[in-house]
Amino acid sequence: MTLGNNSMSNDTILKVEHLSMKFGGLMAINDFSFEAKRGEITALIGPNGAGKTTVFNCITGFYKPTMGMITLTQKSGERYLLERLRDFEITKVAKVSRTFQNIRLFSGLTVLENLLVAQHNALMKASGYTILGLLGLPAYRRASAAAIEKAKYWLDKADLTERADDPAGDLPYGAQRRLEIARAMCTGPELLCLDEPAAGLNPRESAALNTLLHSIRDEGVSILLIEHDMSVVMEISDHVVVLEYGQKISDGTPDHVKNDPKVIAAYLGVEDDEVEQIEEQLDEGRI
Amino acid sequence: MEYFIQQLANGLTLGSIYGLIAIGYTMVYGIIGMINFAHGDIFMLGGFAALIVFLILTSFFAGIPVALALLAMLIVAMLMTSLWNWTIERVAYRPLRGSFRLAPLITAIGMSIVLSNFIQVTQGPRNKPIPALVTDVYHFGAITISLKQIIIIAVTAVLLTIFWYIVNKTPLGRAQRATEQDRKMAALLGVDVDRTISVTFVMGAALAAVAGTMYLMYYGVASFNDGFIPGVKAFTAAVLGGIGSLPGAVLGGLLIGLIESLWSAYFTIAYKDVATFALLAFVLIFKPTGILGRPEVEKV
Repeated sequence: MTLGNNSMSNDTILKVEHLSMKFGGLMAINDFSFEAKRGEITALIGPNGAGKTTVFNCITGFYKPTMGMITLTQKSGERYLLERLRDFEITKVAKVSRTFQNIRLFSGLTVLENLLVAQHNALMKASGYTILGLLGLPAYRRASAAAIEKAKYWLDKADLTERADDPAGDLPYGAQRRLEIARAMCTGPELLCLDEPAAGLNPRESAALNTLLHSIRDEGVSILLIEHDMSVVMEISDHVVVLEYGQKISDGTPDHVKNDPKVIAAYLGVEDDEVEQIEEQLDEGRI
Repeated sequence: MEYFIQQLANGLTLGSIYGLIAIGYTMVYGIIGMINFAHGDIFMLGGFAALIVFLILTSFFAGIPVALALLAMLIVAMLMTSLWNWTIERVAYRPLRGSFRLAPLITAIGMSIVLSNFIQVTQGPRNKPIPALVTDVYHFGAITISLKQIIIIAVTAVLLTIFWYIVNKTPLGRAQRATEQDRKMAALLGVDVDRTISVTFVMGAALAAVAGTMYLMYYGVASFNDGFIPGVKAFTAAVLGGIGSLPGAVLGGLLIGLIESLWSAYFTIAYKDVATFALLAFVLIFKPTGILGRPEVEKV
């Protein structure tokens, strides 16, 4: 492992510091800080309305945070302040890619085309902004072949090779989810942000998703995900951050978080004084 | 029968010009959901750019081959109108993106008025004639087909092939179609959406310039208010064919050209526009999205 040789700061891919987001008078995120380590799967969990998606939207440039700093450190040591980049630069320059809670594929384009759009910048440069591409220059052909090769690789990983030429909108739900992740991977990200990737999946599709996510991590891409399904979170994540009412209430390994009384209280909605009772029950091993 | 074929050829010529303009309407509508009412005037500007190039060429390089002159007119007109349309998008439409839907529409009408008045003031209100550039005609029995008709149809066919290829097979076209479906998502995948939209305006303007040059060559006259009627006809063509659909725009243009010339030939010329718009109303009753338009399906 070469990771040990790197400085501490390079182990952290994403550092969110004192993030706050205000909508009118509503404080959706309040002074929220966490770190995601390189090469790990970090999960962001919390009850409905806790502000998980808002955090995601700040990281991926959908919202401009009211306050705070979001630093992304690439493998090369290059650093970017995500809240200062324009939306398309977050993918193009900072190499952060995301998916959505509701599927946002280009349903009229074919599966393969969806993956090629994600490689738009490389292709545009190679095609000399279309003019040279029309002349069929070899450099463009090579870039085009490489793009298709990369798309095929991810099609294979997502088990979609047979559907490559079908319109994306015709795929079944679980396949659309995998295609979204494959498309995000085609942008060549260092950090992949997934918003509830397992939502609405049946157990078999859910297992296929876990395999896909593990193979992505094994390629050295860090993953940040929001998830409701606790079984998914506990099974695949290396590090869990819990959010409630816009504030961090717990941060650590899945086991640590699972046994944190504050987390249990947040999920089960008990009164504050009942937390102590639950702590006792935990000690007795009844939960 | 000969008479019918003759009218068919005339209709196809006119329809090609409408089709070229209609593509600009349909592409811009497809990508940002806005009717660019200034597009007809962009077409008129293209005609004037070609006219000015023609005058420069004939006064400085008398005896220049007609084919070369036409090519120069075409290229300069395409560049000029592209620049115009790019600028219009940049100053008049882009700042209004994300505001309510009617705002860019009103601005477009404003731009249309600005452009036609600008030409009226700078070029004068009178019709500007040019001598007939291409005079060859071919006789097939009783049918007469002029070389300029052949040029118009051929140029249209070639340009349509190129543009079809760009939209369907190149990274740029893919980005355009992606932007059309989900602008924010396209941006998140690294597509520079603003630039893609600008390029769409430029492409539409280039085709309108070709139409303008062809119109000038065909009728031999340019006028500041030339943009209005062909603009409305081309817009009708885009709606008839299914707005947002590229082949639909061409089909709509050809249909309108054919109806106009056939109606004028067999019935009364005074009612040719009535016939066109009656057909539009008829089609929209049965297919509200136009002939080739896809209904918008929102899947949740």
